[in-house]
Amino acid sequence: MAAVTRPERAPEDLGLSRPNAARVYDYYLGGAHNFEVDRELARAAMRHMPQLPQVMQAERGFLHRAVRFIVNDGIEQILDIGCGISMTGNVHEVAHAINPSVRVACVDRDPIAVANSRQMLAGKGSTTVIQADLREPDAILGNARVRQLIDLDKPLGVVIVGVLHFISDREDLAGILGVLRNAMASGSYLVMTHGSHDGQPAQTRPMQELYQQRDTPIWFRSLRQIADLFRGFSVVDPGIVWLPQWRPDSPCDIDEHPERLSRYAAVFRRD
Amino acid sequence: MSRLVHSLPASQVPNGRAQTKIDAFTREWARAIGSTGQTTMTRTDLLGFLRTQTVRLTAALRADPADLTTADAVGAALVEAHLAGAQTLRATMAVIAERLLPCLGLDSRRGRARTRARLVDVQAAVAAGYANALREQTFREQERVYRALLVVQRQTQDEWWTSEARFRAVFAGAGLAMAITDLNGQIIDANQGMADLAGCPVERLTGRHIRQFAHPDDPPEVWAAFQELTSGRRDHMRFDKRFRRSNGASVWTDVSMSLIRDEDRHPRYMVAMIKDITERRALQEQLHHQATHDPLTGLPNRVLFLQRLDGLFEAADPQARVGMCFLDLDGFKTVNDTLGHEVGDRLLSAVAGRLDDCVSRLGHLVARLGGDEFAVLLERLSGLDEATAVADNILDALRAPVAVDGQQLRISASVGVVERAVGDTSPAELTRDADVTMYRAKAEGRGRWASFDTEYNSRAVARQSLAAALPQALARREFALDYQPLVRLHDGALVGVEALVRWHHPRLGLLMPNKFIDLAEDTGMIVELGRWVLREACRQAQHWHEQHRDGAPFVSVNLSVRQVREPAIVAETADILSETGLDVARLQLELTESAVMETTGEPAQTLRDLAGLGARIAIDDFGTGYSNLAYLRHLPIRVLKLAGPFVEGLAGRDGAPDRVDQRIVAALVELAHTLDLTVTAEGVQTEAQANALRTLGCDTGQGWYFAQAGPPEKIEQLLRTRHLPVPTA
Repeated sequence: MAAVTRPERAPEDLGLSRPNAARVYDYYLGGAHNFEVDRELARAAMRHMPQLPQVMQAERGFLHRAVRFIVNDGIEQILDIGCGISMTGNVHEVAHAINPSVRVACVDRDPIAVANSRQMLAGKGSTTVIQADLREPDAILGNARVRQLIDLDKPLGVVIVGVLHFISDREDLAGILGVLRNAMASGSYLVMTHGSHDGQPAQTRPMQELYQQRDTPIWFRSLRQIADLFRGFSVVDPGIVWLPQWRPDSPCDIDEHPERLSRYAAVFRRD
Repeated sequence: MSRLVHSLPASQVPNGRAQTKIDAFTREWARAIGSTGQTTMTRTDLLGFLRTQTVRLTAALRADPADLTTADAVGAALVEAHLAGAQTLRATMAVIAERLLPCLGLDSRRGRARTRARLVDVQAAVAAGYANALREQTFREQERVYRALLVVQRQTQDEWWTSEARFRAVFAGAGLAMAITDLNGQIIDANQGMADLAGCPVERLTGRHIRQFAHPDDPPEVWAAFQELTSGRRDHMRFDKRFRRSNGASVWTDVSMSLIRDEDRHPRYMVAMIKDITERRALQEQLHHQATHDPLTGLPNRVLFLQRLDGLFEAADPQARVGMCFLDLDGFKTVNDTLGHEVGDRLLSAVAGRLDDCVSRLGHLVARLGGDEFAVLLERLSGLDEATAVADNILDALRAPVAVDGQQLRISASVGVVERAVGDTSPAELTRDADVTMYRAKAEGRGRWASFDTEYNSRAVARQSLAAALPQALARREFALDYQPLVRLHDGALVGVEALVRWHHPRLGLLMPNKFIDLAEDTGMIVELGRWVLREACRQAQHWHEQHRDGAPFVSVNLSVRQVREPAIVAETADILSETGLDVARLQLELTESAVMETTGEPAQTLRDLAGLGARIAIDDFGTGYSNLAYLRHLPIRVLKLAGPFVEGLAGRDGAPDRVDQRIVAALVELAHTLDLTVTAEGVQTEAQANALRTLGCDTGQGWYFAQAGPPEKIEQLLRTRHLPVPTA
């Protein structure tokens, strides 16, 4: 009887009672793909950390720079895990600006984010959106639609931006990353960001509390902890750094306090 | 991004010096926005974009009146480029207000007021364009996200419905009767199968309590287990249960009840699945019946009988008296052999029927143990009299002839009756004693009952254990041969010896043949024992021959009729002769008169073959059986051994001979000689007898007068010393 899976939630229950990371993120970035419950969480978080919108902007900036970097290095297929709600400046647009034949498989665990993205990406043959959770990496790697676009024998760009701090140690994040690493061919890249208390603990600790209370728990990690997660990869220059410090387009894009954004960024290489 | 940069109509592409001014403003604008930290574009892209907008603003400003449409478009473009944050707008408005005119060099005093007025209009238009575009974008994005929500909702609903539908299909269509109850046991939902079982419509089931289906036959454990289920102490129970349907009929069911818990392990409801097993049970009962009953007669079989017996012993009070009648039909084998097995079977059925009628009426168990053996188990007896009364009833019941196949068959039975207190015995002992007693009834004349006799029983048991010990005794060399001299009457010469087997039993001491030979015959051991005796006797005779040459005696060995029935005996005898090297002329084989007279067919041929080997055949105990004299002529006999009683009569105790006996002996001797047979007299005890026998022409004599039977050494001594009574006159 285990084969029959009943839906986790009753139909009435979706979206409107719990905030969702993808929609909250969209709100920070000035979008309207969100509901009051998401905006409410965002506003509460911004009371602790008013610079949150800048954090998200800076993260988007890093994402673009990192994607440009890997596509310029020859990556022709990208797995964007936690793609959120597609907006302009998303992964496939950035990639196609350099190489129009890059294929992108987008993954998000929120069914509304997935449905939303599907609406926006409708008709684009080189992209696909699937609903899956990073906590089950085998399900992502084995998904038929993903496999149609992604050839695991060739170098792959795995993008996990703004996602890792939502997975606890108990859920064996190291193990999950291990599964991904084993599936990645030599020459693949992994692009990631991760929130941390290292920069502004006075702000990030209450924020973590808040997220915990709202049932979308977040786990910030230290630089050491983050580095430990990525053993088995080699890190691309300049290593694990604050968001604005990663290969900025120009030196004046970094202010004196990059740690205020409380978020690390890095690109790893699978040798 | 690139499309935004190249969207200028050709007429608006500025010239060289204007470029520089435009670039200047563009850089300031970029710096202003950059510091709000709200851009994700690369610097290059941002500059490109802002440059285009700057060109537009310039054009809008230079026009008189100001080109508000173009200014509006700038505001909209900002929103489309996602430079739509409040900070960005503020920065944009500020930089337009403060730096546009200076950068473009339009801040000269001449016409400043007009220029400034146009600037204000341009700003307002930018703001308006921005606001409208943002509103539109928000609507679009909201609609998109709500549509996504609907899609997902519908999907989830579909999945939900599908799984509901799937569940419904399973529930409704399952062959089993199913019911879902709340934790109290009240039915929430039931399927048609359940309705059929209960015998009422599905709707009437909802709300009823499981307890309403209780049946008087339900064991109390069932309802106790149900309590455990409802309280969550147990998750599952399974049991057989009788169901009473609305129409009163009863069915047997296999019920499985499970407790269903939610994700937090709290009990939520119970599911019952019920399967009608009436047929299965009927089959089980049938199988059980078959296993415990005899297929021919329908009576309980040995299995059931023994089960009941064991059960009786386990349950009863040690003082209670129990009994058994074992019976078998006299001469049943003959019926089977002469009238065939079908008739035999029908006879058995008829007998079983009569037994059942007369015994079951009294409340006792009658069983067929096998073949033609039946047993009756007597419970709660008052004493032996009650038991023998049952035996009498049985015999009475069998008195009337049984009609089978148009024939009236007269039958009788031998019944062994045992009765004693439960505490004094065991099932095995009771059974064995009943069996032995039955054999006694047979031995005592059949058609009767016999009751257990301790002494007889112990004798029978002793005999049985002796018989059982024979094979091992042979292996352990517990047997030995004694030899009794056969003396030639006219000169007292030792001409032969009769080999007599002795058993040196470790516990019982020296056993004579009369104690065990018939047992050996019963068990068939006689063949092996006889073979051993023959071999040993021949060996011994050959040894004497080697020592004493012609002076050595021949050896006479007894054969039982059982041995003679084995055709292999001829070959074996030949083997033994060649093995021992004994000359066959030195071997005499003795058979009793009755044994010889019984030999017809094969056994007679065997005798002829033995005689054909060259062995001398003697009739032992002649005169005690019923001899067919005409037949006697044709048998390969060479010697008659006159039985002891004849010899005794020749010279009575007081010495006076019996005239009649003398004449009989004389006649027998003459008869023998006429048939060319020699005569040996057995049991010669006195000189007078010896003399008489010699006078009458008897050839050899055997008996205590000459010598008692003794070990080989005794014979050797006699051979050396020739110390035998020499006949007189």
